[in-house]
Amino acid sequence: MSIKKNLALSDTGFVFNPSTGDSYSVNPIGLEILRMLKENKKDEDIKKHLLATYQADFETIEKDYYDFVKGLEQLKLTENNG
Amino acid sequence: MKRQQYERPLIQRINSGIMNKFGTKTEYAPVTHIDDFSVKELIKQYGSPVFVISEKTMRDTYKEANRAFKTRYPKVQFAWSYKTNYINAVCNVFHQEGSWAEVVSGFEYKKALQNGMPGNKIIFNGPDKTDEDLISAINNNSPIHIDHLDELYRLTELADEMKKKPNVAIRVNMDTGIYPMWDRFGFNYENGQAWDAINKIILGDKLELVGLHTHIGTFMLSPSAYAIAANKLADLALGVKKKFGRTIQYIDMGGGFASKNTLKGSYLPGSDTSPDFNQFAEAICTALLNAGFVEKDLPLLVLETGRAMIDDAGYLLGSVIANKRLSDGRRATIMDFGVNILFTAFWYSHKISPAQDFSTYTEDTVLYGPLCMNIDVVRDQITLPPLKKDDHVVVHTVGAYNMTQWMQFISMRPAVVMLGLDGKSHLIRKRETIENIEANEVMPEYLLKFKI
Repeated sequence: MSIKKNLALSDTGFVFNPSTGDSYSVNPIGLEILRMLKENKKDEDIKKHLLATYQADFETIEKDYYDFVKGLEQLKLTENNG
Repeated sequence: MKRQQYERPLIQRINSGIMNKFGTKTEYAPVTHIDDFSVKELIKQYGSPVFVISEKTMRDTYKEANRAFKTRYPKVQFAWSYKTNYINAVCNVFHQEGSWAEVVSGFEYKKALQNGMPGNKIIFNGPDKTDEDLISAINNNSPIHIDHLDELYRLTELADEMKKKPNVAIRVNMDTGIYPMWDRFGFNYENGQAWDAINKIILGDKLELVGLHTHIGTFMLSPSAYAIAANKLADLALGVKKKFGRTIQYIDMGGGFASKNTLKGSYLPGSDTSPDFNQFAEAICTALLNAGFVEKDLPLLVLETGRAMIDDAGYLLGSVIANKRLSDGRRATIMDFGVNILFTAFWYSHKISPAQDFSTYTEDTVLYGPLCMNIDVVRDQITLPPLKKDDHVVVHTVGAYNMTQWMQFISMRPAVVMLGLDGKSHLIRKRETIENIEANEVMPEYLLKFKI
């Protein structure tokens, strides 16, 4: 799973896709995930990091991470989505 | 290192420049308490979902309505519309405040009697009154509001048989300038049916015509329609005085005042657009005062306000069952309450607040109920912070009609709790059980056993 390399991520949660001109807002944990995806971190490592950082159980993180990534695909922000 | 507070990750496209008449974020504060009662504790104690009624709001609303009319007109009487919410504890709060009862069936009539209402303070409306109902109402001296000629003739026969003169009013429908015109209840004013019925009653001399009634519509947003209706009823009352020298004792303006709910498709929220009691009172009272009654003949003004009296006092507390993403990417959240118990979700965009703290991030969500039915949509579009399984929400302004029109469908109906002025929460209707539902079922002997 990797996201488009040219996505611009701001510190305040503003995401810009220069290919399409679309912009997005993400919450802090969403931004953290996008950053890690941009650094080509593996899904499992990202989930482990989230589990260590946040007050949530693994199942919740697993489920929400899957949902978030599916959302990125839906918004065509992933590499394999063209 | 202490782990940070978790919030579901979310991303949302920014649609700048696109018009959105429904606005964006709607809820800025969680509703953790209602009248100082913790939402979390109420759900813990009574289960989820649970209807909650604020006694304080009920009584405050009654006082506000009463004040609005009594400061403008000398003789005012409210009658609690049983069909709006006939849980006995709810009825009795309004009866304690001074409300009579307004009922529309034999079932409701019995409820009012059992609640201790004197018969002469139970107004009997509705198109369906059985002989048993009419006899009971005649014996109890209740004002019977005649809906159609068949009822008028039957009542005349019963009066003859019982050698009693029942107190009656006629229900009058009319053009008040609103669309659609409600012409199914009672006798029409414009085409002379109402005047004809009045003549039949008075000249027949078997029934005592004590009042005139109208019910011009529901969720009325136009107070001026009530002024027109009051004028037309006053015209009939003055006509009776002129022709027969008799005084009509009361004019009943029915119900229909809008609550603060938001109708689906409305541009602005109901809290901003619905007229308040003062506006309705001003329209009705001014029309009656200026109609031409001499002071001693001024009729009692009866109001059967239901929805506007209780809607604000009712809340539905519920919990999140699951989150999912729809095929087009939209967020969907499944709640543990659906249209089976929140019937008004079909025509209102109910205000729904999270019951726990949340961040400033929100997403557009479709809110579904738990039923295995496609129509079970509580809100087809709402902006909410990310909710997770077992989070709680508070649905506002649900006091009217939901606790009477709810359906026992697929699941049981929830408990109803009153938040008392004594600082305690009181269970006023227990959560239904399978035993309650099956109590009325009968199994034929030959169907008792099967092999499979």
